[in-house]
Amino acid sequence: MFTRNIAAISVAALGFTVGLASAAESPGLGQPITEKEAAAWDLSIGPDGVGLPAGRGTVKRGEEVYLEKCQGCHGETGVGTPSDKLVGGQGTLMGDQAPVKTVGSFWPYATTLFDYIRRAMPLAEPQTMSDSDVYAVSAYVLNLNGIIGPRAVMDAKSLPKVKMPNRDNFYIVYPGQIK
Amino acid sequence: MSNDLNTKDLDTEQVAGNGLLDRRLFLRQGGGLIGAVGMAAGLAGYSRPVHAETLVVPDWTKTPGAWLQGYTQPSKFEGKVVRGPLPNNLYNGIGPGNARTPLQYLDGMITPNGLHYERSHNGIPDIDPAGHQLLIHGLVKRPLTFTVEALSRYPMTSRISFVECAGNSGGMYAATPADGTAQSLHGLVSCAEWTGVSLAMLLEEAGVDPTAKWLVAEGADAAAMSRSVPIGKALDDAMVALYQNGERVRPSNGYPMRLLLPGYQGNMNVKWLRRIKLLREPAMTKDETSKYSLLVKDGKVAQFNFPMDAKSVITKPSPGINMTAPGLYEISGIAWSGHGKVAKVEVTADGGKSWAPAALSDPVLSKAITRFRIPWRWSGAPAILQSRAIDETGYVQPTREAQIAARGSRAAYHCNLITSWGVAANGEVKHVYA
Ligand code: HEC
Repeated sequence: MFTRNIAAISVAALGFTVGLASAAESPGLGQPITEKEAAAWDLSIGPDGVGLPAGRGTVKRGEEVYLEKCQGCHGETGVGTPSDKLVGGQGTLMGDQAPVKTVGSFWPYATTLFDYIRRAMPLAEPQTMSDSDVYAVSAYVLNLNGIIGPRAVMDAKSLPKVKMPNRDNFYIVYPGQIK
Repeated sequence: MSNDLNTKDLDTEQVAGNGLLDRRLFLRQGGGLIGAVGMAAGLAGYSRPVHAETLVVPDWTKTPGAWLQGYTQPSKFEGKVVRGPLPNNLYNGIGPGNARTPLQYLDGMITPNGLHYERSHNGIPDIDPAGHQLLIHGLVKRPLTFTVEALSRYPMTSRISFVECAGNSGGMYAATPADGTAQSLHGLVSCAEWTGVSLAMLLEEAGVDPTAKWLVAEGADAAAMSRSVPIGKALDDAMVALYQNGERVRPSNGYPMRLLLPGYQGNMNVKWLRRIKLLREPAMTKDETSKYSLLVKDGKVAQFNFPMDAKSVITKPSPGINMTAPGLYEISGIAWSGHGKVAKVEVTADGGKSWAPAALSDPVLSKAITRFRIPWRWSGAPAILQSRAIDETGYVQPTREAQIAARGSRAAYHCNLITSWGVAANGEVKHVYA
């Protein structure tokens, strides 16, 4: 019964993707789900802010969250050790000096900060913070880097508008390859 | 050396400086057996071990052996063949880390499952397959979920493929040569036979919207690892792998399912795969911006540099696998390319002055590790061994100078420059820059 499918798959493996859709009849065992139901698992935030949830956070609240949940690993005011430095390093990406890559010196998108902290931090209890606290601690880290002011409020509207200082140094290689 | 088999023939076969011999040497003399005899004789001519006693029948022949086991383990005499060096335990046993494959103790092209390298960002989740699902959604006609049981009923496809961490060999960018082994310098690469369901088949079942140009793949681990993948790769040779070398994928490699993107940087081969979302633009996740991007010249950052370029390393001899005495040896190593097949591997014993082609062991497969071998008569003088891989696109593995001239030494990832092993007169092998 699967002979035809197997042939189609090996054709795909050779790199001929055209026609696969019609050729590769699948057993069709996927269970339909609505996008609304899928949202419970959907953590992805686009660089344009698509996917950012409701909620909002201030730099001030962010400082409280940081002191309680982040400082132990990322240091007072984000200076690092034992984990990544979250602050500083501006000006170290040029020349031959050792680069200090941080949210402030290196990261191209502020939305990545929300996406990553929400999915993976704090290390020992990921995905336990409220969305508002994730906005707040993102705001605090951005403020420590001098990217937003002390009174800034981060939410689904304001976060994608934050322009990261190193944004324009990033370029996409795909489908090419660097030398 | 009077009893050395075919000494004269062997000596006339030098094909490159400092004792490299024709790659067909062992084969031409009637297969591996004669070759091995020739080799043993070559060594024996220098220091033949002396047996004080005649042969004895060992105890294990005179005692019944151990009873059957449900799942066997390597011999207890192979205890040194383990992954490592393991990282410092900074966070009470949680958090990111990696374990490297002991390349210098392995032969052939396949990495045993227990020795497959591992890079994980917040531990290995303990996933009950009955509670695991793969969700495919976003720019599709029909969002779908697949249980492990359902996927196990799909037609399977198999391929032998290497997986290599983009950070593998990153230490080679350093200004001075690290005192390391093949394992510590290059052990973030492994090769297995992966069996699973073509991702294209699952995407077609969901119905890909023509505006979908990327997908983001996400793991069910505590890092919720997520990476953006171009749709072209997803529909080409991507697989949702369920089996690794014939058995279910090991927990450290993504049980019960992982994404396999042959030839692409290891981090994108998302383990513990639980979600695929089709998108117009890449998601710009932490591990494709802050990490796994290359800081090149003038502060520019090269992002989405996906295939791992051709690389090779000599595993025998290599640091820790030293030369014992002058004589005939086999130099052996591994080569691979994320762009296709390895077309050729060349070896030098004089630090790059002259090169000779190595024999490639069958099978030579696209985006798989290829084993190479070449005979070498070591005179006992200091030597510098290097290998360079050339893939089917014609790409040649670069020298250290060339790679650093092109991109600087701060790129951290995708380092594939030529490795040099210095052989001292006492036979000790060390990592050097040459
Ligand atoms: C127990 C230690 C620990 C705690 C507590 C912790 N982190 Fe982390 N953090 C880490 C580690 C380890 C990594 C690197 C993870 C990896 O390798 O993928 C990391 C990475 C990060 C990064 C990415 C850094 C970069 O430049 O790539 C950010 C941002 C971050 N953490 C923010 C936070 C925030 C905000 C909190 C508090 C809510 C927090 N962390 C709490 C250990 C910790």
